[in-house]
Amino acid sequence: MKTQGHVFKYPDNVDTDVIIPARYLNTADANELAKHCMEDIDAGFVSQVRPGDVMVAGWNFGCGSSREHAPLVIKTCGTGCVIAKSFARIFYRNAINIGLPILECEAAADEIQAGDRVSVDFDTGLIRDLTTGKTYQAEPFPEFIQAIIQKGGLLASLAEV
Amino acid sequence: MGMTMTQKILAAHAGLPSVTPGQLIRADLDMVLGNDITTPVAINEFTKAGFHQIFDKDKIAIVLDHFVPNKDIKAAQQSKQCREFACAHCVSHFYDVGKMGIEHALLPEQGVVTAGDCIIGADSHTCTYGALGAFSTGVGSTDMAAGMATGQAWFKVPAAINFRLTGALPPACSGKDVILTIIGKIGVDGALYKSMEFTGEGVASLTMDDRLCICNMAIEAGAKNGIFPVDEITRAYLEGRGQRPAVVYEADPDAVYDQVIDVDLSAIVPTVACPHLPENTRPAAELADVKIDQVVIGSCTNGRMEDMEAAYKILKDHPVAPGVRCIIIPATMAIYRQCVERGYVTAFIDAGAVVSTPTCGPCLGGYMGILAAGETCIATTNRNFVGRMGHVDSKVYLSSPATAAASAVTGYITAPKEV
Repeated sequence: MKTQGHVFKYPDNVDTDVIIPARYLNTADANELAKHCMEDIDAGFVSQVRPGDVMVAGWNFGCGSSREHAPLVIKTCGTGCVIAKSFARIFYRNAINIGLPILECEAAADEIQAGDRVSVDFDTGLIRDLTTGKTYQAEPFPEFIQAIIQKGGLLASLAEV
Repeated sequence: MGMTMTQKILAAHAGLPSVTPGQLIRADLDMVLGNDITTPVAINEFTKAGFHQIFDKDKIAIVLDHFVPNKDIKAAQQSKQCREFACAHCVSHFYDVGKMGIEHALLPEQGVVTAGDCIIGADSHTCTYGALGAFSTGVGSTDMAAGMATGQAWFKVPAAINFRLTGALPPACSGKDVILTIIGKIGVDGALYKSMEFTGEGVASLTMDDRLCICNMAIEAGAKNGIFPVDEITRAYLEGRGQRPAVVYEADPDAVYDQVIDVDLSAIVPTVACPHLPENTRPAAELADVKIDQVVIGSCTNGRMEDMEAAYKILKDHPVAPGVRCIIIPATMAIYRQCVERGYVTAFIDAGAVVSTPTCGPCLGGYMGILAAGETCIATTNRNFVGRMGHVDSKVYLSSPATAAASAVTGYITAPKEV
């Protein structure tokens, strides 16, 4: 799985309330919800994001609520991958379960700048900043988790058993 | 290698003699929980994956609590979907308006969860039940769907931080001041992926309501779970309440912890988390110049009987300051009823507060107390992120019920002993 696109850069502790504010959670419709992705900290995100674009953030991305709507709206907006220094554990789990590619890489999160063009190979963890020419290696997922992702998410992996 | 209390519960539920941190396991679940926001997504996933049956009608709990009584048509549709699913699958622990409460106050109160359980819930504050000596953690809706279908979940066995408690809390402080102090010290990712295990002689001085509040906010330090040992206070709480037998697990004497942090309860002061992170803590006494527009006393963190009592003790003799809106939300119908019977509701109304039926409502900016631009609220809730309770330019300060009630009286953030 690969993605290539422009970078949207965010700070540490991006919480699920700013990814998708709870005031919109009276629906489970992903397309409806996606219209409000990131609007409380980046009102321009939804109109500017293009398929394959990449979010790059600091520590503890996705902290707060367990709402699966958070990784779901990021994915529905067309985001190809989220790179962060670390992820909050429920967001990490949800992203795997719904098939949103995520990678943890401190150096990439420090050095890649907003607007850079990057390519990400999710299978190998190789991140390439095409604007600066630098490459970064993220830790690949454990096999157990790769198996879930390759089967298309948690429920698809269970259905196969 | 010795195991922590969390590791022992996980090993037992995975059918393994022992587990080590980082190990991936599949564990049997004693309870799978969802609410009116997360359950609809879970039902959609459950159906889409082609499942037709739930694994055990007695081990699934669906609680309508976030937006009920329904705040609008869309919320009503979501509640209806939960109601129909619960009915079609004969879910035993389905709680609708009239019987419901905020899930993490309700399930312990009703004995739906107990010591030794392995529990997942599609709500991040599911970590609350660690107060009873259970392993309990928040997950997403897809995990809930898989749990409902199979009765199992995968886990990475967590490492642990041992919080050794000594002493006893001063009268003006409660569990909320303890957990805010701890989060202020270790940060919002200070326990990321780990369990927070509370041990030491200080445990005995904490009431069950204190412990439920402390474990509730383990997620605010990034933790997978928080957990207390089972003692006389736990046994007294579970007595006559548990619908299933409690199983007591103890950490091995040689259990390995990543870190040991000593907490002297007698040194805790009334503490407030300033916008916009729960780690931005300061003593309440240093925030006396912060003027407030609204006070919220309630939520899964602090809507229990002792919280209502703390608010009552202050508001019975002091009216809410002019220009301040004070919203009090008992967390369950049983607590609500007790507030009526004890005369608390009358006292709250006489003081100028409003009393709502149980709902998560304002905590997550749903309804029943949304903030306008530029407004400030002190709340006994658990998160003060940007826009959490309303407009992106509003501010939320987190505190104990006593500090919130004292602040309602003065109109400024106020430590309880000053009222």
